[in-house]
Amino acid sequence: MESFFIRFKNVLVLVAVLLAQTIGLAIQVRRPVESGAPDSEHVTLLRHWVVAVVTPFERFFHGIGYNVRYGWSNYIDLRDTRQKNQDLKNEIARLRLEQAQLAEDAMQGHRLQELLKFQQHYVASTIAAQVIGTSGTDQSRVLYIDKGSNDGLKVDQAVITPDGIVGKLREVFPHTAQVLVIDDQSSGAGVLLATTRIRAILHGSQGGRIVITNLTPDERIKPGEQVLTSGGDQVYPRGLAVGTIESIAPDPEHQPYTTIVVKPATNLFQLEEVLVITATQSDLTALAQKDLAQGATTAKQMADAKTAADQEAAEAAAQSASQIVAERLPSIHEAETAPDPNAPAGAAKPTVANPAVTVPKPLPTLHPDRYTPGTTPPASSLTPGAGHPPAASRQPAATSTDDGATPPPAPKKETAKPEASTPNN
Amino acid sequence: MPSLSYTSRRELEEHSFTPAVTLLVPVAAIVLQVLLSKLYWRFSYLDLPLIVAIFFAVSRRSPAAGTLTGAAIGLVQDALTGRPIGVNGMAKSVIGYIAASIGVQVDVDNLTTRVVMNFGFSLLNSLILFLINRRLLGQAEAHLQWLQELIRAVANTVVALPIFLLLDYTKRPE
Repeated sequence: MESFFIRFKNVLVLVAVLLAQTIGLAIQVRRPVESGAPDSEHVTLLRHWVVAVVTPFERFFHGIGYNVRYGWSNYIDLRDTRQKNQDLKNEIARLRLEQAQLAEDAMQGHRLQELLKFQQHYVASTIAAQVIGTSGTDQSRVLYIDKGSNDGLKVDQAVITPDGIVGKLREVFPHTAQVLVIDDQSSGAGVLLATTRIRAILHGSQGGRIVITNLTPDERIKPGEQVLTSGGDQVYPRGLAVGTIESIAPDPEHQPYTTIVVKPATNLFQLEEVLVITATQSDLTALAQKDLAQGATTAKQMADAKTAADQEAAEAAAQSASQIVAERLPSIHEAETAPDPNAPAGAAKPTVANPAVTVPKPLPTLHPDRYTPGTTPPASSLTPGAGHPPAASRQPAATSTDDGATPPPAPKKETAKPEASTPNN
Repeated sequence: MPSLSYTSRRELEEHSFTPAVTLLVPVAAIVLQVLLSKLYWRFSYLDLPLIVAIFFAVSRRSPAAGTLTGAAIGLVQDALTGRPIGVNGMAKSVIGYIAASIGVQVDVDNLTTRVVMNFGFSLLNSLILFLINRRLLGQAEAHLQWLQELIRAVANTVVALPIFLLLDYTKRPE
């Protein structure tokens, strides 16, 4: 018997090692059942030991790299900083306008949600953490961050960046935490298609892609549509960006479902800093409310300014129209510039609204002649065969006659000078 | 009179390593793997712990030691992932055993042998991982992408050659 163990020592060692690991695998796979869930206590202990050994090295090398990058980017590589600062200011101004445009809709939506008693979860607090390591293999897409339970982190808390979601905390150690990235095979999230409002479940694939496989073909779903978190998984708050639909294809293995590939909003391969959502609340945060109020105020100011501008434009247009009318009617124009001294006191002045109230009268003639209105004597006063009186002798009559009621003066001789002439009758 | 061939046990050297090397080299390989993967994600296709496990196995020429070394390295590697612990441990146990068994039979210091050995063991590692995922863990969506595994094997072979040359300096002949 002893010789058997000595002879087959190597094979027996191999069988024993494989058997032990197979039993260990069976225990782990049986408990817990959910994919992506944290391990049981004994497995966590083993991970804890390994992480405790490996993480200090990761922190050390990450610290070196971080300090080198920090020193370079903050003290040496400062080219175009002013231009970037100006660009950022411009972007802030643009975003403020956008915020103002969206603020009223947001407030209205918020009011409607309150009316419907809709339970919304807003991000209340986050903890910034730096990525210090990975799993080292493409078979498991996890990250290690430099914050742990001592910083208030807990299992199943969502990890995000300003661009979108990253994953969730799978294991939390005192000074480190393991993040299960959204493109891992065992990862998953409840999502909502932004345009069509279709709910779906998203998970990672073996090749590191993010896919939705529980939807049947729908013509409304198009590539480029934005995918948001639905909040139904109780991990990610509702409305966070997940990515955009990259392609839609039938799933040959699971008919009639489709495989929708989602391009993540966050670059999951180049993560340096992440935010861990440590708390959510049903109401907007004070800062968000302040921003919202500011946006609403800006929107109101913009609306008032727009109203005033529209009013001014309307007045200017009306004035322009009246000027055109005035130019086309010179008498009205002259009547406005030179009021008629003979007009009665109670007579209505011509206005833009009623330009034809007063009948215009001609001005006195400076050099009257025989054709001047009012100079022609009545036919009863004319003598047959007699010549026409000179125009100059009739000037006083013309000047004193307004409506032709006064008889014209008697004709004078043509030789008589206008200054010395007197009425003939 | 028995003739001694080139591959007889008496002609082959058995190497041992100091405890520091035995402990630190696998840890260094795992840490370097993690750091490289963080630096550029395509480095995650490499498997530096596998290369180290093969090196120790063929150098010691003891299948039992190769099995245990492979199992230890694989378990540590598993502990850093989000997967069940034992997947890489089982794969590298088998590879450690086979590598040590081959080391007894052939001259593993030859460059060509090292190339073939690393390439073959890298493919074997991928195959074992696929079988474990598919059969033991019941992952029906697991597929073996041959092109990707071939690229991985080539990359591991290219990286393994200088690492083997470097680790040759840590051998302690008995």
